[in-house]
Amino acid sequence: MGKANLDVYSETLIELASADKNILAVTSDSRGSGKLVPFADMFPDQIIEVGIAEQNLVGVAAGLASAGKCVFATSPACFLATRSLEQIKNDVAYSNQPVTLVGISAGVSYGALGSTHHSLHDVAVLRAINNIDVVVPADNFEACEAVKAAAKSSKPVFIKFGKKIMPHLPRLEQTYEIGKASIICEGTDVVFIACGETVAPAYEAAMLLEEKGISVEVISMHTVNPLDKTAVLNAAKKCKAVITVEEHSVNGGLGEACASLLMQSGVFIPFKIVGIPDEETVAGSQNEIFGHYGITGEGLFQSAIILLE
Amino acid sequence: MQKYTDLELQIKSVKYRLALLKYIKMANAGHTGGSLSCTDILNVLYNDVLQVTPDTFHDAHRNRYIQSKGHSVEALYVVLADMGFFPESDLETLCKYKSKYVGHPTRKVNGIEFNTGALGHGMPISAGIALAAKKDKADYKVFTLIGDGELAEGSNWEAAMMAAHYKLDNFITILDHNTLQITGHNVDVCSPHPIDEKMKAFGWHVVSIDGNNIVQLRETFSHIPEVKDKPTFVIANTVKGKGVSYMEGVKKWHHGVPTDEQYNQAVEELNVELFRLRSLIN
Repeated sequence: MGKANLDVYSETLIELASADKNILAVTSDSRGSGKLVPFADMFPDQIIEVGIAEQNLVGVAAGLASAGKCVFATSPACFLATRSLEQIKNDVAYSNQPVTLVGISAGVSYGALGSTHHSLHDVAVLRAINNIDVVVPADNFEACEAVKAAAKSSKPVFIKFGKKIMPHLPRLEQTYEIGKASIICEGTDVVFIACGETVAPAYEAAMLLEEKGISVEVISMHTVNPLDKTAVLNAAKKCKAVITVEEHSVNGGLGEACASLLMQSGVFIPFKIVGIPDEETVAGSQNEIFGHYGITGEGLFQSAIILLE
Repeated sequence: MQKYTDLELQIKSVKYRLALLKYIKMANAGHTGGSLSCTDILNVLYNDVLQVTPDTFHDAHRNRYIQSKGHSVEALYVVLADMGFFPESDLETLCKYKSKYVGHPTRKVNGIEFNTGALGHGMPISAGIALAAKKDKADYKVFTLIGDGELAEGSNWEAAMMAAHYKLDNFITILDHNTLQITGHNVDVCSPHPIDEKMKAFGWHVVSIDGNNIVQLRETFSHIPEVKDKPTFVIANTVKGKGVSYMEGVKKWHHGVPTDEQYNQAVEELNVELFRLRSLIN
């Protein structure tokens, strides 16, 4: 097993900041939950605290970026994506400031704290905003590479990280590029197109299905917007069914992005979106919530069997 | 050595008012009253304070101006055109199909720093830039212009609290206090008062001046920061619709466009003022 992607974020930011005084972390009383205390201790001049004020966080980040700083604005995903949505839309995306917005404790990482602290809407709202990449890393490799890529990017990026310890996933190529999906394993019967912390259970399901003689492809769609259309269409052409998986509402996320692409490309094959349904999310830990909604190896195994019948 | 005399700037203000009315009339759209109220502020900033020209606009350590009350973009456009950022004739396309001169500031227009227009954004952005200047030990200043109706936006107060915390004495917020917003008087809509005491309580140095008075604006901006380690809040008391008798202090001119007859009257009044000011030369 590896580490939590959030820990990788912190470590990678330390690595980047060691070589570049221009790197700044901006936080909204969130350095603890963002695992940025070591960063703050090592680089006290490179962390800016704005207090619990997410609108100001993003506006300040945009101002800093416009003055040449490489800014990682870090706040719980549940607040960052919507409390400061207008600042993201206007000050960052529309004004084209290369801010990296880091949504921490994403999805249902704060499961037991209730829906105020869930971010199951962030991808949906940000997908509808022009000029911002939406990145949801699956494992430690993607988390590290996403942070490095965002630091080099000349455009706005939103990355979200969970707190769960993530396994190291295999991948066909040890390369990373924002906007280019990673193939975890290749297959021809069913493809799981997943993102973030749901790629690991998709891969578990793939292993279970392979034991039954079903050939499974797993794709980590770490960049939900812009979608890697080629990867989706290639997989759908060679497989009999598509299952998307995400730690997000089934409305407006990765699944609907793939469905829209496939339908408009004339690809009509069995298709299922696995995510959090449009209901008041069940109470529980992240693992319990995943279990409740079938975002587990066994749950996704069953979804595939049913879809292939 | 100042480039322009007070009288020369006063003459410029009248010319700016004539120009912005011309393009609003041509577009049949625009925020007339607020553009007229902040004309003198923009005039003094660009001609006397910022030292920002098309040649210096990309300098890392240039002074910044962020127009938070983006709807008064017509005043900004005519001043930027006069500064040489683009030909004034470009404004004939104001608010037209495919024009980059839309009804709020965008970076597509040469000379504009940020895309603004949603209210309550200028102060946080400016606080970020001012903080970058402090980090870089650079001595440039950041100015933002906000409206008095805009004060109701909570993000202003988030930025105000943070700017005082970081002692951003290179950050100046100018309030175009024309007392009117789209629905009516500030005091009737949702009173922002007492503005000065609130900003002082937030840790700002507060100055209150006649915001349509070139001499007072020049004097005020020449002393910033007057108090070390404190951001400055300039309450610029202005008149909405300034310079056109029937528009002054009348809320309907927030985004009213004059009829042909009204436009001709406005031009006549401003030309009389222009003639009067020119007669004072020498």
